[in-house]
Amino acid sequence: MAFQSWGGYPYGEQQGLFLPGREAALPTPGKSVLPFGRGRSYGDSCLNHEGFVLSSKRLDHFISFDEKTGLLQCEAGVTLADIIRACLPRGWFLPVTPGTQYVTVAGAIANDVHGKNHHRMGSFAHHLESFELLRSDGSRLFCSEQENSDWFAATIGGLGLTGFITRATISLRPVASSQINSESIKYRTLSDFFELSQQSADDYEYTVAWLDCLAGGEQLGRGHFIRGNHARSGPLTVASGQQKKSIPFTPPLSLVNKLSLKAFNTLYYHRQRQYLQQSQCGYEPFFYPLDGVLNWNRIYGRKGFLQYQCVIPQAVAEDGVREILQRISKAGLGSFLVVLKMMGDIRSRGLLSFAGEGATLAMDFPMQGAKTLDFLTRLDEVVSQAGGRLYPAKDARMPAELFQQTYPAWQQLESKRDPAIMSDFWRRVTGINGESA
Amino acid sequence: MNIMIIGATSAIASAVARLYAGQHQHAFYLLARNTRQLQKLEDDLTVRGATAVQTTMLDAQADYLPALEKALGQMPEPDIILMAHGVLGDQSACEKDTDALQQLLDINTVSSMKMMTVLGNHLEKQGHGTLVFISSVAGDRGRASNYVYGASKAAVTTFLQGMRIRLLRAGVNVLTVKPGFVDTPMTADFEKSGPLWASPETIAAGISKAITKRRGMVYLPWFWRYIMLIIIHIPGKIFNKLNL
Repeated sequence: MAFQSWGGYPYGEQQGLFLPGREAALPTPGKSVLPFGRGRSYGDSCLNHEGFVLSSKRLDHFISFDEKTGLLQCEAGVTLADIIRACLPRGWFLPVTPGTQYVTVAGAIANDVHGKNHHRMGSFAHHLESFELLRSDGSRLFCSEQENSDWFAATIGGLGLTGFITRATISLRPVASSQINSESIKYRTLSDFFELSQQSADDYEYTVAWLDCLAGGEQLGRGHFIRGNHARSGPLTVASGQQKKSIPFTPPLSLVNKLSLKAFNTLYYHRQRQYLQQSQCGYEPFFYPLDGVLNWNRIYGRKGFLQYQCVIPQAVAEDGVREILQRISKAGLGSFLVVLKMMGDIRSRGLLSFAGEGATLAMDFPMQGAKTLDFLTRLDEVVSQAGGRLYPAKDARMPAELFQQTYPAWQQLESKRDPAIMSDFWRRVTGINGESA
Repeated sequence: MNIMIIGATSAIASAVARLYAGQHQHAFYLLARNTRQLQKLEDDLTVRGATAVQTTMLDAQADYLPALEKALGQMPEPDIILMAHGVLGDQSACEKDTDALQQLLDINTVSSMKMMTVLGNHLEKQGHGTLVFISSVAGDRGRASNYVYGASKAAVTTFLQGMRIRLLRAGVNVLTVKPGFVDTPMTADFEKSGPLWASPETIAAGISKAITKRRGMVYLPWFWRYIMLIIIHIPGKIFNKLNL
């Protein structure tokens, strides 16, 4: 069992331990530990090379589910896929889901993840009732909006640093069907995207766009705008998950290069002939298209890749996104998947939650050493000037200065950090070593 | 279906139970030694979609037949019975101490055969059902590093080969499962890298498939059949020099 981050950068042998059960004490191996779910964070926020990661894999039990209210209690390591399998046949679904169902509940809290319905439902923690936080001093804090509310806020989006979440209670949302009515609109310019987002916000719970990042000039920002709602009637069926494809091994070199990017982006953009395509599909292809290929991150080869996800505030969203896309286009770098979404004005509950009102843009770049890193600092300039910020769950390289400037509450989180817990990310962006444990 | 599991809290058994619970149409009767773990699994399966879950404590080192009788009284018509209890044991302790040897054989072999006898007779009378036993590839050929564990499983495998023929006449299927390396707490001390290690979920899917197909014996994952085919055919002169 290897403990790695999803992006495969930075790479290094990571030592891991398992918490044997939710009643066990936090182990004290003489070095720092870091709660670890399924390794779906892209960068180094889930790594702790100076010490150990502490896996929640054995904490995979459900505890209770109330079919009348949708209140679900489970252990930290239960994944969103497990929840769907258990609850969808009874007419309940996740109120907020990120682009993969293979994350744990504790991970979803620790990164306060968001999805295509942020403008309606906020982020994951908006549907969180409570959780138990296990600390290295042996204490167990029951945290909710009412009890230990300061710990509640610090742990949401707290990157696992405040303690080990052992169990949590979340509130699911009722659905009449497992099907989604979706529409895909092939639009031509970046302005079209902003117009479509505005038009769709009221009538569509889910909105997101895929961009052809290699299109420049007039067509900059062209792509497919995807919007949808849960079907009002239909079957409540769970995808079998049997025929999933998998990338069986990591190729020595990235398969994502200029040639394959151009081909993919162009073909994908033109795959849809007409302006509007309507369809009804299962929840899996709609929410989790990438989960259809297990280990897709391996296509980037042994050097791995970097995801760059930022949010640009509402007022300057269009200019900011345009500037970033222009810089990408000028640099001749491309991304396999560029995802753009307008987030709503629902205030996040975590001290360090990423989500906020504005446009969020996510892109993947193969790691090509200094060239890639230098280029990303040029995107940082745009984000910083626009008053935006980067998503720690995706980050492996943001300068400490940028982090501290854009997450001013970081010192409050540091004051709540468990002294026995540390991550590579936190060392990097705060300069604190934390190996006194 | 009614599904009864002995040693229900073991990693493979839990994975099998979860797989069936997720189909939202089966009832469970779970037996295991650790009542706290048993309670956890009961809650877990209930949320995952089990239509009913009953539990009873069963300790393979104590008086276990009454627990089994109780279970059969409360779930009189089981469709699938999975026996997954057992210990890896301590090979070097068993080499020096016959009490340790006895204890391992009592748990893995004697209790299994006694319970299989009771359960087999029950299913024979019932006239249908599947009896599943988790054995091990370690029983296929003795190795210096764990021949006691291997022998404890091999004995039951042979026992079930015969019992299968007997029960087939009554319409009952006996399935022996031989997993290879499985990533579970039981194997926590092993270095688990490489393609030979499988997850309990993978094994559980294989067991479910073998039950449906009414197989008599399966290696899981499938490629272990060929690995063991090679292993059992390596001439002794060579095999004895290998450090397996």
